[in-house]
Amino acid sequence: MEDGGVARFWREIPQRYNIIGNKCGSCNNIYFPPREACPFCRRKSIGKMQELKLCGKGEIVTYTIIHDAPRNFKEQVPYPIAIIKLEEGPKLTAQIVDCNINDVKIGMKVISTFRRIQEDGYTGAIYYGYKFKPLE
Amino acid sequence: MRDVAIIGVGLTKFGELWDKSFRQLTAEAGSKAIFDAGIEGKEIDAMYVGSMSSGRFVGQEHVGALVADASGFSHLHIPSTRVEGASASGGLAVREGYLSIASGLNDIVVVGGIEKMNDVGGNAAIETLVTAADQEWEAFFGVTFPGIYAMIATKHMHDYGTTKEQLAQVAVKNHANGALNPYAQYQREIKIEHVLNATTVAYPLGLLDCSPLTDGAASIVLCAADKAKEYSNKPVKIIASGQASDTLSLHGRRDICTLDSTVNAAKKAYKQANLSPKDIDLAEVHDCYTIAEICAIEDLGFIEKGQGGKAIENKITTLDGSLPVNTSGGLKSKGHPIGATGVAQIVEIALQLRKEADKRQVKDAKIGLAQNVGGSGATCCVHIMEAM
Repeated sequence: MEDGGVARFWREIPQRYNIIGNKCGSCNNIYFPPREACPFCRRKSIGKMQELKLCGKGEIVTYTIIHDAPRNFKEQVPYPIAIIKLEEGPKLTAQIVDCNINDVKIGMKVISTFRRIQEDGYTGAIYYGYKFKPLE
Repeated sequence: MRDVAIIGVGLTKFGELWDKSFRQLTAEAGSKAIFDAGIEGKEIDAMYVGSMSSGRFVGQEHVGALVADASGFSHLHIPSTRVEGASASGGLAVREGYLSIASGLNDIVVVGGIEKMNDVGGNAAIETLVTAADQEWEAFFGVTFPGIYAMIATKHMHDYGTTKEQLAQVAVKNHANGALNPYAQYQREIKIEHVLNATTVAYPLGLLDCSPLTDGAASIVLCAADKAKEYSNKPVKIIASGQASDTLSLHGRRDICTLDSTVNAAKKAYKQANLSPKDIDLAEVHDCYTIAEICAIEDLGFIEKGQGGKAIENKITTLDGSLPVNTSGGLKSKGHPIGATGVAQIVEIALQLRKEADKRQVKDAKIGLAQNVGGSGATCCVHIMEAM
C-alpha cells in the first residue's frame, strides 16, 4: 500500500471486518469477496446478488510460513498464511494466529478473529481485518 | 489464418546489469534479432513489447514507444504497443505479433520483452512482484509472491507425496543447464544440499527454489511463413499459439495444484497443431519457483497429475532425458527479467530447432513448446514451434 488511499481501504470494511460475502439469488452459489454478478448465472443474476454474512469458520486447505516479508509485515516474521475454505464454500487467504507456527496443518479447523493487519508507515492509517485462529 | 515464422532472435546477457539501462538493453536485444533476421528496419510493420512493471521497476511507463525510439525507429513511425500480463507479458507480446501476421494485417513484426529489476531495492521488488497477485484479497493480508507458490508446494507435497528433495532437483537440473548457457545469470552447477540448506523464503520454498531478480531483454522477428525464406535460411514456424485465463487469486481456483490456464492454453495449442503432448521433443516452462516446473509438466500433459516430482527424480526432464525441460537453465538459472522471459523462452526453442544451442543442444529436436505463466496462473500462454 502507498501513502494515502484511505478510501481504497474503507470501501472494503464490510468484507474485511465482518466477512460479508454475497449469494446469487438465481443458483444460490455463495461468493467471497462479493461479486457484482454470478459467473455461472451472469445476466440472470443481475439485481439478485444478496449480501450474506459468512460464519467465519473453516478449514485450512494449504499454507506457507512467510520469512521474507513486505515492508509493512517485516516485524511479524515468521508468520503463517493459509488458504481457508469457509463452511459456506468460498475460499480466502489469511494469516493464522494464536498458535505455534509448527502446529499449522492442512485440514486444521479455524475461526476468524478481528485483528490489525498492517499499518501504512509510521504516520499512515492502520488497517484492520480478518485473521484466523484454531477453533477449540 | 496465415502461417507465421520466426526469422530472427536476439538476447542480452541476463543478470545484474548495473552498467546497462532499460533502453540500452532493449536496443541491444532488438538489434541482434534484426541483424539475425537480415532485415534493414523499414520492412517492420509493427512492434510489440512485453513488460510487466516498467513503471515500478524504473519509473517509466509508455515503453512501447520508448522501445521503438531506443531502437532507432522513431523516424519510421512504426506502431509499437506494450503488452502486459504480469510474468506472461513476453509470451502475450509474441502472441499479439503472431496474431497480427496470421490475420494478414502485417508481414514483418518485431517482438521484444524487457525488465530492468535491479534499479530498485529488494523491498520494492518484493512489493512489485506481488502486484501480479490479487492486491485486495491476497497481498493485503501479507502473502508474498513466493508465498503463493509455496502454498501450491505445501498442497502438492500433502496430496501427492512430493518431497523437498524433488523440488530441489528442479533447481539442480536447471543450474546444470544454465551452466552451459552463456546468456544465463548463473552459469554454475549447484548441489541438492545447497538448495535444501538455503535460507527459507516462504516455507517450504528456500532461496534456491526461487528465480532471481534479473535485468535483461529478448527479441524475435516474426514474418509471414511464405516470405520467411526470403530473409532466413533457417526459419522456425510457430505452429500453435494458445492463451487462457483463470481467477487472479490462487484461493479462487478449482484446484490449488492445477493451473487450469495452462491446461486450457495447452489444449488449444495441441488442437491447433494437431499434436499431442507425446509429440513434443523439448519444452521451456515457467519455473519461477521449483514447484511451478512440477505443475507445468503435469498441466501440459507430459506427466500424470501428481507424478511431476517423481518424474524430476527419475531424470526424465534432464538434457539427456526423454523430454528435456528448460534447456536454457529456465527462469531459475538463466534468470527471470519478467517481461523478457516469455520472449526468451521462444528464443531458446528457436535456437534448439535451428541446431544452434551449442553444448545444450538436444539431439533430433524437431518440435518445441514454450509455456509462459502470469501471476500464480491467472494467465498462461503456450506456443508450439517446428523447424521449417
